[in-house]
Amino acid sequence: MKLGGGILQHLRALVAGDRQADRVVPPSGFTAQLTVFVAGAMAFLAVFALALSLAAGRLAERWGDELAQSATIRIVAPLDQRQAQTEAALRILETTAGVATARALTDEEQQALLAPWFGPDLALDTLPVPRLIEVIEEGDGIDPVGLRLRLSAEVPGAVLDDHGRWRAPLVQAADRLRLLGWLSIVLIGAAVAAMVTLAASAALAANAQVIAVLRLVGAQDDYIAQAFIRRFTLRTLAGAAVGTLLGVLAVALLPSASDVGGFLTGLGFQGAHWLLPIVIPLLAAGVAFAATRAAARRTLRGLT
Amino acid sequence: MIELENVAYSYGGGELLSDISLKLAPGSFHFLTGPSGAGKTTLLKLCYGALLPTAGYVRLFDADVRGLDRDDIAAVRRRVGVVHQDVQFLDHLSVSDNVSLPLMVSGRQDDAAGNDLGELLSWVGLTNRADAMPPELSGGERQRAAVARAVIMSPDVVLADEPTGNIDWEMSQRLLRLLIELNKMGKTVLIATHDLSLIRATKAHVQARVLRIANRRIQLAGADL
Ligand SMILES: Nc1ncnc2c1ncn2[C@@H]1O[C@H](COP(=O)(O)OP(=O)(O)OP(=O)(O)O)[C@@H](O)[C@H]1O
Ligand SMILES: [Mg+2]
Repeated sequence: MKLGGGILQHLRALVAGDRQADRVVPPSGFTAQLTVFVAGAMAFLAVFALALSLAAGRLAERWGDELAQSATIRIVAPLDQRQAQTEAALRILETTAGVATARALTDEEQQALLAPWFGPDLALDTLPVPRLIEVIEEGDGIDPVGLRLRLSAEVPGAVLDDHGRWRAPLVQAADRLRLLGWLSIVLIGAAVAAMVTLAASAALAANAQVIAVLRLVGAQDDYIAQAFIRRFTLRTLAGAAVGTLLGVLAVALLPSASDVGGFLTGLGFQGAHWLLPIVIPLLAAGVAFAATRAAARRTLRGLT
Repeated sequence: MIELENVAYSYGGGELLSDISLKLAPGSFHFLTGPSGAGKTTLLKLCYGALLPTAGYVRLFDADVRGLDRDDIAAVRRRVGVVHQDVQFLDHLSVSDNVSLPLMVSGRQDDAAGNDLGELLSWVGLTNRADAMPPELSGGERQRAAVARAVIMSPDVVLADEPTGNIDWEMSQRLLRLLIELNKMGKTVLIATHDLSLIRATKAHVQARVLRIANRRIQLAGADL
């Protein structure tokens, strides 16, 4: 990750760098703490936005995969006609465009599906349980309207359960949610940039006389800017680190995900994604670095 | 070192200085006099790049001042020590830190020049005020600190604007001796003052030229001093 590496390098130079330059600008009290606080709060929010985006992404992907790949046909018929209708449906599917494979589930498979509700001892052959045909699609998938028309003509008991019909809007919603999550992260970043710009501009204005003296004794703009950049970058880094840590803890302490809980409890990080929030303080520091440097350059150019 | 050619300057109204030509050769010693408001401080500012001439050319170390960028100006200020008339310090740093500020900002803190700090402070009589903060200094102490700060980098040129305005005769002699010593080491010195007795006292030790600003122009003062 080139961006992260560059920022890290800058940060290392800043921390190790010229403490002298830091000393020539008088310490600033209260506003400094505000910067730390806002950076922390923003990082906290960013953790949630990140968790939201990732969770929404997972959801959209899962739903989207299933939707793109499969459909189900139920054969609801009296026991004696069931087998015949199933075979008729399979024949139709063989000649339907967009079908990769289609096969009827075996009794054992259906039993396994129903076991959670009726227990393992269910005798399927004596009950009018519909037969399920699993259709795996290929290419652009099947045309559900056309297929339904053909089925209704030849297999009266067939009901096409087109997953897309009800899942498409959900996938769309999840996609939209993910987009909103990322947009929030971008907005949070922009807000940090705006906040640091305001704080740095205020600090530069408050120290106008100090800057004038430094210029008179031969300080270069970069040297003067360095003192301010160092401060605001380190403050933002510290605040964002604490905020991120608290945010991650809060996400970790959310009740654990379960299948029934669905999306809400699925909000969190999975696997390697737990490492992603580390990027938040680094990005915040990078944003602060750039914002302070821009503010300092603007201010210094206006002085003699 | 510093060269002015047909320079004019105006703050926006009429011209304050007109048709000024002046050459500060290496190792020269100049005084600049003239009535209050004549433009002495303005002329010095032209000499260290704080003001740009409204007409004519100013060359600092053989470079046209109009062609210098901000870092070049910073570099010029490291080679020109300036004692400002309204000297300003960093009020949150001690006197000794303020005096070594030019070393600090140019990354030469550890140079041999840094070792001279104690000696320099004792020369200007501020040894026991070294840890004081600038707001605690008297007017004369501020001026002495300003002289020390101006020369700590051992600059090629020293421009001093009324360096002895607030100090007694003995101390001003002392400061002047410091500047004369620097001049003997080959530094160029320009002092703005209207203290004529100071000029006379100096002329006994060093070959000094006296420039006077009158009627917006600069002229070499004669032997009438
Ligand atoms: N920044 C400024 N803007 C407008 N006018 C100025 C400015 N600085 C100085 N002046 C005017 O220019 C004139 C010359 O000022 P300058 O400070 O150069 O005089 P000086 O010879 O140093 O006087 P003194 O001996 O009192 O220090 C004065 O009339 C002053 O009011
Ligand atoms: Mg003056």
